Amino acid sequence: MKILRVIALVLLSSAALNAAAQLTIEVTGAGANRIPIAIANFDGDRIISTALTSVIRADLDRSGMFNLIDPGAVAIAESATVNYGDWRGRKADAVVTGSILANADGRFETRFKLHDVQKQSPIGGQSYMHTSAPSQLRTAAHRIADVIYEKLTGERGVFSTRIAYVVKSTGRYELQIADADGANPQTALGSREPIISPAWSPDGGKLAYVSFEAKKPVVYVHDLATGRRWVAANFKGSNSAPAWAPDGKKLAVVLTKDGGSQLYLVNADGSGIVRLATSAGIDTEPRYSPDGQWIYFTSDRGGGPQIYRLPASGGDVQRVTFEGNYNVTPRPSPDGKSMAYVARDGGTFHVTLMDLATKQTQILTDSVKDESPTFSPNGRMILYATEVGGRGVLAAVSSDGRVKQKLSVQAADVREPVWGPYVK
Amino acid sequence: MHQSLVLATLTAVFLAACSSQPPAPEQKPAAVEERNASSMAEPGLVKSEKMDPYGLAALKDPKSILSKRNVFFDFDQYVIKDEFKPLVEAHARLMVANPSVKMLIQGNADERGSREYNLALGQKRAEAVKKALLLLGVKEEQVEAVSLGEEKPRCTGQTEECWAQNRRDDILYTGEY
Repeated sequence: MKILRVIALVLLSSAALNAAAQLTIEVTGAGANRIPIAIANFDGDRIISTALTSVIRADLDRSGMFNLIDPGAVAIAESATVNYGDWRGRKADAVVTGSILANADGRFETRFKLHDVQKQSPIGGQSYMHTSAPSQLRTAAHRIADVIYEKLTGERGVFSTRIAYVVKSTGRYELQIADADGANPQTALGSREPIISPAWSPDGGKLAYVSFEAKKPVVYVHDLATGRRWVAANFKGSNSAPAWAPDGKKLAVVLTKDGGSQLYLVNADGSGIVRLATSAGIDTEPRYSPDGQWIYFTSDRGGGPQIYRLPASGGDVQRVTFEGNYNVTPRPSPDGKSMAYVARDGGTFHVTLMDLATKQTQILTDSVKDESPTFSPNGRMILYATEVGGRGVLAAVSSDGRVKQKLSVQAADVREPVWGPYVK
Repeated sequence: MHQSLVLATLTAVFLAACSSQPPAPEQKPAAVEERNASSMAEPGLVKSEKMDPYGLAALKDPKSILSKRNVFFDFDQYVIKDEFKPLVEAHARLMVANPSVKMLIQGNADERGSREYNLALGQKRAEAVKKALLLLGVKEEQVEAVSLGEEKPRCTGQTEECWAQNRRDDILYTGEY
């Protein structure tokens, strides 16, 4: 079954959104066994209920794991008795009810309850304090969607996470951060010169990236809370491809100070530079395995670019990819069992997944100019950059290849996506 | 005079080093090469009323080879083609004659494939010109080779003609970057 639907995500007042243009998401395809769920309207302030439930529904729908059942127009309070027989008749396996209580201080408390229709009992629920500010409503809605997702699928939800990407418009580059659904975009850095290779610190508080503002590539680390940034690597030649070590204290980087593009390790404050490996050719695009044991990277030491790995503490290099003559941009999955990368097949470039134990590979996309794959923190989705109609767009595909999404911004190129870690 | 001798010797070494490469394409920048060859042999004969051919002013003189700042490369290639060797030699002469002058070589790549891998490919192109300059007597501290990867295309179409324009080095001098 193939479905196509467009979800307009401009649901709330645009008051809290800055000048950054909204990403819109188009979903094609869906998981095999979607869970039928009804999200009833929440009892209480109607506008706040609409703001919350529309985001919860859009989150669950976009994941491709749920089939949204029409809940009807009636609001159902969190504490209300649920008529399970009625919901079974509507073919819902799960029902969510909720209440919005106005506090004396002007804030709101939203409580929700998740019901299992088959078991005829509630299986989860939470309460959240928030204001009526759009960003707070979105945050509360994403957290509710995360709880529902985890209870029903058994894996952690990623609706509360953030993504970073670069938007290029005429003569301007912006490093932006948005909610995982593309909403609420904020500009972390604007520049007249290119910005590439953003990388989230493991705690989600910082971004490392490469900026060309000095007429050459220089690696910066940018603290998102304070907006303060500093140079992590600016040696003679080019400085690029930052990758955080899982401890968040060091970065693997690519420098050319000793000739050729080679791998080095540097402290996040720019001190303590150490060379990691030596080759006659190009070594670039380092990425740590989640356990910190390995560094995967791209190298042309065997002729064309292929993916290799070396122990993070140093040692023998092993070749990882063998099929084809152009395999680049290794991205180990969060569970460390597989690796997404970009493979060239003739003149086309596809996001490809390799099972690291069996070395079996699967091409996940039918787009032709894929770049920069990045896993969601639960490993379920892979976000990547591609091109549609000559314009850079972001797309996402589930790691089983079934769910596909496209995210685009009007009249601008979007590229270099990177999915942030779980938020506490 | 002594410096010119060294330079001439180094040029010979450089040209010999390059002789193992495949034959040059037929297209030749003939006029420029001739003037370059004569001045290389007898730099003392340059007429006094003319501008110093390897002085800094020549960088802005459209008639001078030094005003040419682009070195183009073939697909997946990182060797300087014969047609660009006179240009590289001319810039080497200027740098040797003006040891306080500094140069930034920005390598570029076409847009196909990974941005970071293309950055590394652009670096290989920038370092190819830097190596030639060092062979010709330019000092290490005078030259920096960097890459802009696929980020600064001169031509944005998706044709081989366009991509060929983007596989290049740009040469910038102090004050130009």
